[in-house]
Amino acid sequence: MTDLLEVRGVSKRFGGLLAVADVSFTLHEGEILGLIGPNGAGKTTLFNVVNGVYKSDGGTITFQGKDITGRSPDQVVHLGLARTHQIVRPLSGMTVIENVIVGACFGREYQSMREARATALEVLERVGLASRADTSARSLTLAAKKRLEVARALAARPKLLLLDEVLAGLNPTEIDLMITLVRSIRDSGISVFMIEHVMQAIMNLSDRIVVLNLGRKIAEAPPAEVVQNADVVEAYLGFPDIVDKLRGAQPQ
Amino acid sequence: MILRRPLLWAILLLAALFAWLPLRANNVALREDLILVAVAIILTSNLNLMIGYTGYVNFGHIVFYGLGGYVGLYLATVRGWHLVLAALVAGVAVSLLAFLFGIGILRLRGAYFALATIGVLVAVQAFVSNFEPWGRSTGMYVSFDAYAPLGGPRHALWTTYFLIITVMALSLILSLAIKSSKFGLGLFAIREDEDAAIVLGVNATVHKAIIYSVSAFLPAVAGALMFFKNGMIDPSIAFEYMLSLEGIVMLMLGGSGTVAGSALGAGLYERLRSYLLTSPRLSEFHLVIAGALLLLVMRLAPGGLIGWLYRLVPRSREVVE
Repeated sequence: MTDLLEVRGVSKRFGGLLAVADVSFTLHEGEILGLIGPNGAGKTTLFNVVNGVYKSDGGTITFQGKDITGRSPDQVVHLGLARTHQIVRPLSGMTVIENVIVGACFGREYQSMREARATALEVLERVGLASRADTSARSLTLAAKKRLEVARALAARPKLLLLDEVLAGLNPTEIDLMITLVRSIRDSGISVFMIEHVMQAIMNLSDRIVVLNLGRKIAEAPPAEVVQNADVVEAYLGFPDIVDKLRGAQPQ
Repeated sequence: MILRRPLLWAILLLAALFAWLPLRANNVALREDLILVAVAIILTSNLNLMIGYTGYVNFGHIVFYGLGGYVGLYLATVRGWHLVLAALVAGVAVSLLAFLFGIGILRLRGAYFALATIGVLVAVQAFVSNFEPWGRSTGMYVSFDAYAPLGGPRHALWTTYFLIITVMALSLILSLAIKSSKFGLGLFAIREDEDAAIVLGVNATVHKAIIYSVSAFLPAVAGALMFFKNGMIDPSIAFEYMLSLEGIVMLMLGGSGTVAGSALGAGLYERLRSYLLTSPRLSEFHLVIAGALLLLVMRLAPGGLIGWLYRLVPRSREVVE
């Protein structure tokens, strides 16, 4: 397995707050890497540093063997690293397909308008939005807007996709559809790095999980090990022996 | 293909009508009316590239027109260049200057950018008012000799008129071409959400600097032609703040972001303004009307006349761009 993304000692400071503190991890080609942690742990900040929205305060980020530390988001997309937003950001005044065409035109392959339209149709079909292609992006439901985020990122023909809470706010049916979609994305050869709060989903989907708490990495392991990790349990529930207490409190 | 778009043919027809109508009856009064409409269309359609396409409000757009006038007049009279060459060089020079300004002020967004454009206008006007080669605050005059290469004053007025009509047609065709291009798509993405556009791969800095520079070119050429035709230029008429603001009213009235809207709004408003300005009772009253009009448009039809048409006849969107 080759390393696709390598993050070494990355930090991000906002004034007196160390939002991301000396975080290191590796993402292998073809895997789904989960990123979890309590609210305010620095997950989205870490995404923003990786794709260049924020400049890191120290550390290096290597993508496909290339140092991308400090590159702007548009440069990072051209190298094949696309992302979605936690709070959806459709280009509201444009149609659904136009949104996706933007992704294709300015993505890794810099497609022409003609190629981009074909790519957009294909991608919309894949995420299940083909029937809404010509409607205004503004009029979509939240679930559809989340799919549009994924579609735009896919249209860039990325090697690695960063998904920031694509399941949040969806109903169970929509969650199942999205999980199927994420799996199909990975099966098509695109690696995935995803932030998620829906635990059951992330445990099922991820090959490995990185856990952040207060900006620091407290674990990096396969899902089964992560749930057993005392630090992780403490970060989520407050104190380490709560698991045993809860077990003890259960009726035998 | 741009050739298959109905609006291209409408633009060419409009330009042909503008050229033919006054010429047919040798009607100089009509020509003078239409030249003002043409200049309004040039300014508004290029302003539309910034406001309508990119979402950046430029309050100082008139600075390009005035600077173009100065550079063009200087080259044509003091240096004795041919008018067409002087106007083209004025356009290129002002575009390059705009590119440099753009790299600086386009780092600002929203209201801060709008304020900076006012700053550019005031600063350029202050500079020109103190610039010796351009006659400081008294400006420059075109000597009668300068009209000789164009066949004397009478002939020169017609020549500049046809040149301005050409620039008008080129402005609208440029807007149309950008609208359907990949570059234009990048601009629209920036208008909708600049940060999201950047994350999608749009190099916003380059897009904005280029469009700011492009939006300066044809207004500068028009300024060179127009002030040459008028025979004089000075800092107060070259950099008339009100014209900058009225350009925004024209654009909102017609429909920001649409090619047809920029022409329609400019045409209607300019005719209304000329009527009010020349009517003895209502002179200067046109600014009150401009303000009221802007309020009404923003309140009742934020998409302007063309936006209103889109709502009435949704399919018109495909034809009237």
